[in-house]
Amino acid sequence: MAKTMPERRGSAVLGVDAELARKLLHDMLLIRRFEEKAAEAYTLGKVGGFLHLYIGEEAVAVGATSVLRPDDCAISAYREHGHCLAKGADPRRVMAELFGRRDGLSKGKGGSMHLFDRSVNFLGGHAIVGAHLPLAAGAAFAIKYEGRDAVIVCYFGDGAVPQGEFHESLNLAALWKLPVIYLCENNRYAMGTSTDRALAQTEIWKFGQTYGIPSEKVDGMDVLAVREVVGRAVARTRQDKTPSLIEADTYRYRGHSMRDPAGAVYRTKEEVEREKQRDPIVMFRERALRAGVVTEADVRAIEKDVNDRIDEAVAFADASPEPPDEWLFTDIYKED
Amino acid sequence: MAVMTYREALNLALREEMRRDPRVFVMGEEVGLYEGAYKVTQGLLKEFGPRRVVDTPIAESGFTGIGIGAAMLGLRPVVEMMTFNFALLALDQIVNSAAKMYYMSGGQFNVPIVIRGPGGPAAQLAAQHSQSMETYFYHVPGLKVVRPTTPMDAKGLLKSAIRDPNPVIFIEAETLYPVKGEVPEDPDFVIPLGRAVVRREGTDVTVIAYMGMMYRAIEVADELAKEGISVELVDPRTLRPMDVETIIGSVRKTHRVVVVEAGAGFAGMGSEISAFVTEHAFDDLDAPVERVTGANAPMPYARNLEKLKTPTKDKIAAAIRRVCNANGS
Ligand SMILES: Cc1ncc(C[n+]2csc(CCOP(=O)(O)OP(=O)(O)O)c2C)c(N)n1
Ligand SMILES: [Mg+2]
Repeated sequence: MAKTMPERRGSAVLGVDAELARKLLHDMLLIRRFEEKAAEAYTLGKVGGFLHLYIGEEAVAVGATSVLRPDDCAISAYREHGHCLAKGADPRRVMAELFGRRDGLSKGKGGSMHLFDRSVNFLGGHAIVGAHLPLAAGAAFAIKYEGRDAVIVCYFGDGAVPQGEFHESLNLAALWKLPVIYLCENNRYAMGTSTDRALAQTEIWKFGQTYGIPSEKVDGMDVLAVREVVGRAVARTRQDKTPSLIEADTYRYRGHSMRDPAGAVYRTKEEVEREKQRDPIVMFRERALRAGVVTEADVRAIEKDVNDRIDEAVAFADASPEPPDEWLFTDIYKED
Repeated sequence: MAVMTYREALNLALREEMRRDPRVFVMGEEVGLYEGAYKVTQGLLKEFGPRRVVDTPIAESGFTGIGIGAAMLGLRPVVEMMTFNFALLALDQIVNSAAKMYYMSGGQFNVPIVIRGPGGPAAQLAAQHSQSMETYFYHVPGLKVVRPTTPMDAKGLLKSAIRDPNPVIFIEAETLYPVKGEVPEDPDFVIPLGRAVVRREGTDVTVIAYMGMMYRAIEVADELAKEGISVELVDPRTLRPMDVETIIGSVRKTHRVVVVEAGAGFAGMGSEISAFVTEHAFDDLDAPVERVTGANAPMPYARNLEKLKTPTKDKIAAAIRRVCNANGS
């Protein structure tokens, strides 16, 4: 066979080996399929309340988690299924929580917005915008107090930036040198309010400069870029206990929640379609295939495994009983 | 036993618990270098150093949230509110984070935090610095709320609060800090949360009060004893969980109840006590439950108006006489 252009292929080009590439693809796809199933379950009435989908933003959670150790912590707001799954929670128990069943992560008492999993150091799902930023600094305070070298990643939306707690947390984390990485998922909207209608400074990463901490912006649709930037922050934080602020430029395809199905009042269809062109899963898959690190057969195997696991999750959640009535009154106060 | 001030009793409780448990640390505005706005944390920075005695800037929501986050990972923060009026800035963290965490995580993350500081009516501090803040907290499932009246209670209850695995709101009083009393020096001495105390036995009427109002009620009881009215004084000490059993036991004995509280009466502690006394002991009552409460007005500055805001001894005595005469005896 005649050689034409020397093709640039292989792990060196992609920057990750085959095993990691498959894992990144797998984890992003798992979140995507999980969210699609959750939406379906919502329309069937199996999931109630508010349901906020992470579709379109998968590269942030998966990229960031891929540079963490199991003893590192993560904490998030209410659009947190992806963060919790990426950290290693069992999709079956996450789905059961959405269904309000006894085998849910939080025994069915938390729901979609309050996923917690101590076994993987996931510190929750918090639904008051801005409130978990101090909690993240507090967990970092405890880590430092105990002399450990773990870190915590705190995911939050652009909507938390105008809140006082964002500024209080950045100031205190910087002042006390706490090992926390604040990772803003700037998807350009807080419900229907675009960042330019909410922020005098829309370059969110720049707030980090005000507080004298390393800060940068990253393409949140590029899982490898997220890995690189968050990886740098984690290494620095582990070493010198300095916090970081990272702004990930990302986009949510769906409405704010299932009650905002189209998400069409405050943005155009064209905008949404345009953003879908840089889909994090498609882009990474194509790149990994082109580099020859992942094969078509790998992709098919990943898709099959993800589909199986999501089907299992739904079956598990369906089969899990409702929490018993007595549980209304348990877990209010801890007994010694 | 040693005689010491309420302030010293709190200080001793903090020292003992910090010596006992390395996870306990103190955090708040002016707690370290300045030694506490009211000197409750005097000497702690010297003994324990800046790792465990943490001065914060003015950011109540931020540092309370940090305390809660640290507690989620197993530390035992004691967060000082310079005065409890400022806890309103941290109300979201206290109500939505601290109180709910254990429940909404399905029992995975408890929050062993104490949030303490002075509250209640002070001397001419006016509307924003002189409020009975307990009402904002005892409504919330997941919180415990303590109001310690004496130096002994201050020590014993603070130690229990620090050892408790749940969030505890511990509201002291500026006016009580210099009050002296007997306090056990034994570091193992604690007073369990959720237990009321009968401060004085009596037979004619149960008066329920705490903090400054209890001291007033004691004086009133002394005076009424001369008229032949025997007053039983009950101090709940912990407002949530409330020791309903002790209160009802006293009502069954005296058949008459007066609740005295400094805060505005509407939907206050007296409302709650009068409701559960009616539910549990209606047939034992010889008179309707009386409430003597703070006026339903903000706290004024002027000395004369300020006096009108909180229950006076005369008002307490009048209520007691009313219930005692209610059935003509
Ligand atoms: C303190 C507070 N105010 C308002 C709300 C209602 N609310 C829920 S989500 C949301 C938008 C937040 O947007 P953002 O932080 O950008 O996160 P995203 O939904 O984009 O992931 C609002 C206003 C809330 N939960 N908490
Ligand atoms: Mg947003």
